[in-house]
Amino acid sequence: SAAAQGDGIPDAKTVWSACVVNCGSRCPLRLQVVDGQIARVLPDNTGDDSLLGRQIRACVRGRNMRERVYGPGRIKTPLKRREGTKRGDGVWDEISWDEASELFAKEMLRCAETYGNESLFSVYGSGVWNAHISSSALAGRLFNLVGGSLSYYSNYSYSQIGTITRFHYGIPDECTSNSFENSIQHGRMLVLWGNNPQETRMSGGGNTFTSVQAAKTAGLRIVVVDPRYSDSAAVLADQWISPRPGTDAALIAGIIKHLVDNDLQDQKFLDDFCVGFDEHTMPEGVPANLSYRSYIDGKGPDGVVKSPEWAEEITGVPAHTIRQFAVDLAMTKPVNITQGWGPQRHANGENQARAIYLLSNVLGQVGIPGGGTGGREGYFWPLTSWFPAGENPVQASISNFGWSDAIDHGSEMTATKDGVRGVDRLPSDIKFMVEFGGNMLASQHADNGALRELLRDESKCEFICVIDNQFTGSAELADLVLPDTTTAERWDLVPSEYTGDMAYLIMAEPAIEPLHNSRPGYDIFAGIAEKAGVGKEYTEGRTLEQWARHMYENEHRPAVPSLPDFETFRQLGVHRYYADMDNPEAGTHVSLRSFREDPVSNPLGTPSGKIEIFSLELYDMSQTWEFPDGKKGDRITSIPEYVATWEGAEEARQPGAQYPIQLIGHHHKSRTHSTYGNLAKSKEAHHQVLWLNPLDARARGIADGDIVGIFNDRGRVQIEVRVTPRIMPGVASLPQGAWIQWDENGVDHGGSNNVLTSLHPTPVAKGNCQHTTLVQVELVSAGTKA
Amino acid sequence: MLGFYFDSTVCNGCKACNIACKDKHDLPVGVNWRRVVEYTGGSWSVSGNTAVPSVFSYYTSISCNHCENPVCTQVCPTTAMTRREDGTVFVDDEKCVGCRYCEWACPYSAPQFNAETGHMTKCDLCADYRDAGQDPACVAACPSRALDWGPIEELRAKYGNANAFEPLPDPEITRPNLVIKPHRDAQPSGMGTGHIANPKEI
Repeated sequence: SAAAQGDGIPDAKTVWSACVVNCGSRCPLRLQVVDGQIARVLPDNTGDDSLLGRQIRACVRGRNMRERVYGPGRIKTPLKRREGTKRGDGVWDEISWDEASELFAKEMLRCAETYGNESLFSVYGSGVWNAHISSSALAGRLFNLVGGSLSYYSNYSYSQIGTITRFHYGIPDECTSNSFENSIQHGRMLVLWGNNPQETRMSGGGNTFTSVQAAKTAGLRIVVVDPRYSDSAAVLADQWISPRPGTDAALIAGIIKHLVDNDLQDQKFLDDFCVGFDEHTMPEGVPANLSYRSYIDGKGPDGVVKSPEWAEEITGVPAHTIRQFAVDLAMTKPVNITQGWGPQRHANGENQARAIYLLSNVLGQVGIPGGGTGGREGYFWPLTSWFPAGENPVQASISNFGWSDAIDHGSEMTATKDGVRGVDRLPSDIKFMVEFGGNMLASQHADNGALRELLRDESKCEFICVIDNQFTGSAELADLVLPDTTTAERWDLVPSEYTGDMAYLIMAEPAIEPLHNSRPGYDIFAGIAEKAGVGKEYTEGRTLEQWARHMYENEHRPAVPSLPDFETFRQLGVHRYYADMDNPEAGTHVSLRSFREDPVSNPLGTPSGKIEIFSLELYDMSQTWEFPDGKKGDRITSIPEYVATWEGAEEARQPGAQYPIQLIGHHHKSRTHSTYGNLAKSKEAHHQVLWLNPLDARARGIADGDIVGIFNDRGRVQIEVRVTPRIMPGVASLPQGAWIQWDENGVDHGGSNNVLTSLHPTPVAKGNCQHTTLVQVELVSAGTKA
Repeated sequence: MLGFYFDSTVCNGCKACNIACKDKHDLPVGVNWRRVVEYTGGSWSVSGNTAVPSVFSYYTSISCNHCENPVCTQVCPTTAMTRREDGTVFVDDEKCVGCRYCEWACPYSAPQFNAETGHMTKCDLCADYRDAGQDPACVAACPSRALDWGPIEELRAKYGNANAFEPLPDPEITRPNLVIKPHRDAQPSGMGTGHIANPKEI
């Protein structure tokens, strides 16, 4: 079989496993085992270099799996915070699995009894995300069997676009665009708007591969819009346009103004498929001059014409570049405008996301081959299913970003003030929290310093359990730490995700026995369930391996009939499948195709059934939602207009600004969020450094390689600087996901960008907006030579 | 004579090649038989409210180039560094005393000192993999399909002769068995129009 090929070690046993992190891809790994130890981590050796049969080559992260399995960061045995110490003091007692399971169950049931099941919460964590069995559903199933828990909607990746899309396209998530494969087949131009597949989708089976094909083989004109010269700009782009962070909606207003002034818009599409672009397609019952056209023509409430010169002033992009880009878009159709999730991770992120959607609407590109919706590049979503969490009896939910507020003052949180769903007001604060495979408590949420203080207050959240295979910063803040295995030590079934039109399932079986005193997550939760009196209901009598076989036979094979039997799959390791199995080339993704072909029979889920450029629902919310501690930009708008916000581009450029640098945090090539971020070889390959423009460096006496301080009122980071023209003046980027290294003065030397970001949520999604952050940068000490 | 091909137009600098090599050969931190160099240059013109870039950046993934004129073999005082019949340059662990002359002489930093063993180490183009009919680890690893290997005559017939771009040294020094497909912004050798942006990562 493919897995068993010798690869230079004749006596090795080779088994299929996977890198299971939240990069959006997931890659197979062939683990070669000698004497019960993993000796090599090998890449996929199935498939080829064809567009839809491509080999799924793991990137730099997954190839370092051996260090993740055997490195010193592993949690070795259950740990309980010593009585009399505070959370974060770092004094632990080793306890047995029996004691640990008992403690978890007892505290969970006590909090449910005392405060209600709304006080239980499983916080976001993506370190083991999207394995079919070892996923967040393991905790959810336990909670659901004891009466349920507070849940969350949306996620840290795309909180704003994931919430606002239902108002624009009537879809309760993001609305994808056409796939890159579809652009390769049918398109002429591709726009990567804040979209960086070469760094955020690094799998050789995913969009790193397909985007290169689009650029090099298909020869599409590619424009990258990004304040940073990303590797996608370096590898793919014919043109790079660099607006100031958070000003994309202004750039788009200027583009659309130039389009309509020259009659380059698709007016028929706007009239037939959309509401609210023009006054003549506005819904009834709202005042005049609130359409998008009125907004750009200066007839709306602000009375400002949104000319390219107006956009130039805000974005920093010259008006002539804006005009030229507008004409290129109109003349190079079909064009697929795809947006990444950086633009929406701003304080005005809802409007940023909708504005990019809008540009594709104005160009009439929705639902046609080679075009697109303005959403992220599309894909064929795997049909295989996840471990069943069961039904949650608790109706209440909060945004993915709302849990720290819910710990602090959950019972004050309401629907119209905090985006609480399912109930008008939360009945309880969060009192019991589990983090499974994530680093939210330490570095992945915002304002890490303030959050740490909140979590150390045991009168707030009364019990915190962290389950992971690495001793993260989050584990340091727990009462109970439980050692999970890595994927290499357990059974699982691993699906693809954002990998374009080639979907696949990967076999993962244990290559080695669990190290130390670790257990697979399933066994951890099954053991707790038993102590909570719901053991049989949790396991249904199945071991982990039996669940893998059960789900494969009863869920996956019926959904994907081309899957072979389980034993054959163990040998093959990877199974590729397509929307159209008979003709994969014909089945590439065209988003909203049926709506475009017949909008009457296939209306969107919006109230009008059309694309709502003006949303009456948002108009109503703009009158009813409350912003008691409102900051600049805390408002809801009916159209995707540009909103200047707190810590935005304008504030940064005010004369004498205390914090004049806009800080963004791009995804780092050595990590997926914080996963792999503690490994020596990963850190050697890609150093954590601040990206700073030479003009900003010179003004501060900073040279490449120096140690700099990056600070604002929330915190301070000290780290090496990379002085590079690859970031625009006035902007710096500290790659997200670095592991915190606090010193005794509360300064972080690990480079966690979230030491500097704000807990203040966005107006509609109540989501995280990490790229809206102002800082100052100063020299700390001269650097050392390489 | 065997050599490498590298496509600079598709490399995003991910370093899967570097980590795959380290996994294959059990190399510790500090020993990197394959390194990926970022070469960056350009500037911004700021005028009023606008900021306009003229910026370039590209990567070069480099291991031992198994040169026609390998200076490492010439400076080695113990004859530990030799060239095999297939052209690959090989260091004999039994003979190497770790004097590091080869490291200083090689303009590509190919020989790497392993402090744990006290000896020089280097790329052997995965001799055992080749014997088993497989590609070298770095070539099989590249998610972007930027690497290839084979007889240098075949590589040159397929991909051309180019190999003189910043930040690489003048190929006349060692005559590397290396072919590079240049990035659109590749700067000619010796121009110094940009700088190595990641000196501590290589």
